[in-house]
Amino acid sequence: MRLLRFFGRRPSASAARERLQVLLAHERASVGGNDLVTILRDEILAVLEKHVKIESRQVHVKMERGAQISTLAVDIEIPFDTGVRAA
Amino acid sequence: MGKVIVVTSGKGGVGKTTSTAAIGAALAQRNEKVVVVDFDVGLRNLDLVMGAERRVVYDLINVIQGEAKLSQALIRDKRLQTLFLLAASQTRDKDKLTPEGVEHVIANLRKAFDWVICDSPAGIERGATLAMRHADAAIVVTNPEVSSVRDSDRIIGLLDSKTLKAEQGEPMEKHLLLNRYDPTRAATGEMLNVEDVLEILSIPLLGVIPESMDVLRASNIGLPVTLIANGGPTSKAYFDAARRLSGEAVPMTIPSEKLGFFGKIFGRKAA
Repeated sequence: MRLLRFFGRRPSASAARERLQVLLAHERASVGGNDLVTILRDEILAVLEKHVKIESRQVHVKMERGAQISTLAVDIEIPFDTGVRAA
Repeated sequence: MGKVIVVTSGKGGVGKTTSTAAIGAALAQRNEKVVVVDFDVGLRNLDLVMGAERRVVYDLINVIQGEAKLSQALIRDKRLQTLFLLAASQTRDKDKLTPEGVEHVIANLRKAFDWVICDSPAGIERGATLAMRHADAAIVVTNPEVSSVRDSDRIIGLLDSKTLKAEQGEPMEKHLLLNRYDPTRAATGEMLNVEDVLEILSIPLLGVIPESMDVLRASNIGLPVTLIANGGPTSKAYFDAARRLSGEAVPMTIPSEKLGFFGKIFGRKAA
């Protein structure tokens, strides 16, 4: 029985270890600017810009880096009168 | 030909200079010829920790600029005949630290000494990359704390890519020196323990240096920790690390907690 546990406090070292493991897995992969999530973000935005004129304030990019999976959410406000019509 | 070692960490304040002085003095006590070189231009401190601050006439930049001969800039330790210091410049521009100049100085030191120990500045800029550039091996000084471990990981990446050895496709020899270790806090799970740090950084362990008042006391009087008479566990840990660096197989001693009666009942983990 651990004294800290006894009083309901979780030892913080395990949190430090887990946070570091996740962080460093990403940092090691992203050395030299070849981080997949960053590349995807930039390329997705480049593709969108070919078809719709968008301003940076209309784009919201959220990244969440996890141990097993990362998520990339790109939320774009596309204005109606961009000239894009159904053929 | 001597061996060139860089003592590096990325993060500042983790004990690079203390460790450089302690390991340098430990090796010199084995009658090996050692020079400790301060690469922290503008913020030199190795002279102070070595107790030689009042004897610095010429420094590394003077030698690189051709204003002094290497032999004039080397300061012999007053206590150990085989220990020398090459100080950094306190006033000069750090851009004067040129790749060609550093290469020349290191090549000459390598010929004259058994060990050339380079004390790297913090950070990942010019001074730090030049300090590691010509190294045969690196000592990565890390504290059991998240920001230090992260920065060490970054430095390990640089050691594996930006050093001459790495560029020639050779493996870079790296050693972890876990410094300021508090066994009691590690045992209660408040601090990353030795296994945690080793698992994350995955480089071989050179030694675990316990947190100690001896370090402050030694620096107050300008004495490397390994020159304290009747040195305690910290001094012993540095001596062991120096022996491992020389290739001796010294059993690893992990500082263990000293628990009192109360701690014995409540403090230890069950598993």
